[in-house]
Amino acid sequence: MTVSDVVDRLGLTVLTGSVGVEGAVSGGIVGDLLSYVLGTGAPDQIWITVQHHANVVAVAKVVGLAAVLLADGRTPDEAVLARAKSDGVVLLQSDETAFELSGRLHRLLTE
Amino acid sequence: MRLEDVARSIDGEIVVGQEQLDLIVDRAFAADLLSDVLALTEERTALITGMTNPQVMRVAEILNIIAVVFVRGKTPPSALIEYAERLGIPIVTTKKTMFETCGLMFAEGVRACRSKAVSDIGAPA
Amino acid sequence: MIYEVRAGDIEHGGSASARIKADLIQAGICPSVARRAGIVSFEGEMNLIVYSSDGGTIAVEVGPRAVVIRVEDCGPGIEDIDLAMTPGYSTAPDWATDLGFGAGMGLVNMQKNSDRFEIESHVGLGTRIACWIQRRKDTDRSSQKESE
Repeated sequence: MTVSDVVDRLGLTVLTGSVGVEGAVSGGIVGDLLSYVLGTGAPDQIWITVQHHANVVAVAKVVGLAAVLLADGRTPDEAVLARAKSDGVVLLQSDETAFELSGRLHRLLTE
Repeated sequence: MRLEDVARSIDGEIVVGQEQLDLIVDRAFAADLLSDVLALTEERTALITGMTNPQVMRVAEILNIIAVVFVRGKTPPSALIEYAERLGIPIVTTKKTMFETCGLMFAEGVRACRSKAVSDIGAPA
Repeated sequence: MIYEVRAGDIEHGGSASARIKADLIQAGICPSVARRAGIVSFEGEMNLIVYSSDGGTIAVEVGPRAVVIRVEDCGPGIEDIDLAMTPGYSTAPDWATDLGFGAGMGLVNMQKNSDRFEIESHVGLGTRIACWIQRRKDTDRSSQKESE
């Protein structure tokens, strides 16, 4: 399963262009505390959160996440988008809540 | 789903609310940031969170949240448990992650509770 | 009713607001209005705890047509109110964000849950916020005023 597959199946919006969308997805992590994701996150996970500031991009890069999925329609500002693109971090977006996105991604990964 | 079934599906423990096993949980919201919880539009929601500070129960009281699920193996302090008992708000704890907890509850039919979109807010007066 | 809030008192964060909501219900205010009042007051209370220099007060007044919540402090004041009202903008210190606060939605949530919202702030003097939440009288035949 790739990021692109998840985007198609869950109807997500890709905010950062085509770089990284063929990356593998191995799991999901949900939460809004950066320290938690830094400590517990694993490579190739999709991180579902409502946080959308620059540190989110840094955490995603350090952990090697497959993508960051912003829930509740959260939109990062231009500076964060630019940083994500230059760091090769995939930012996705959906209007759905973290609960719903987690539910559907979990279902997809356990099919 | 019933509270008892929520706990069973996530290998959880009902820390508060043993007398409310039949409580129906059909909507849930997952968040660590209380401000997002405060933006919830609907009532009768369960809250799934990893934050065990006392403000969580005060927010639960203000928003009429029907049950709180603490994930990631977080044990709420005894003062919080006592407060929940006084309020009559059930607490379920689980070692599972928030992702897995949401996934399992979603698989059992629990659906999302919405928070009001930021774009709905008008400019300040 | 006047409730005092101490700066930095995160341990009790939200307790004044929970009391406010309970007191309003006891005073016969309908649950949805009391809920909104609780939310407005909670955000105001957390702002006093996280940002005020010396704490502040939350005054709750039950008028014939609306519940009025006034949150006041004596400092430090907000430099740019428009910026402060931008969703996601936050000046919260680390100790607050570590506890899950300071997401930058406080003032926005207050406005969203009020039918009328006024904020006045001067750096060095303090901040005053007033929120009106219209009461719902289900037995009142005349139609409800539209929310502003």
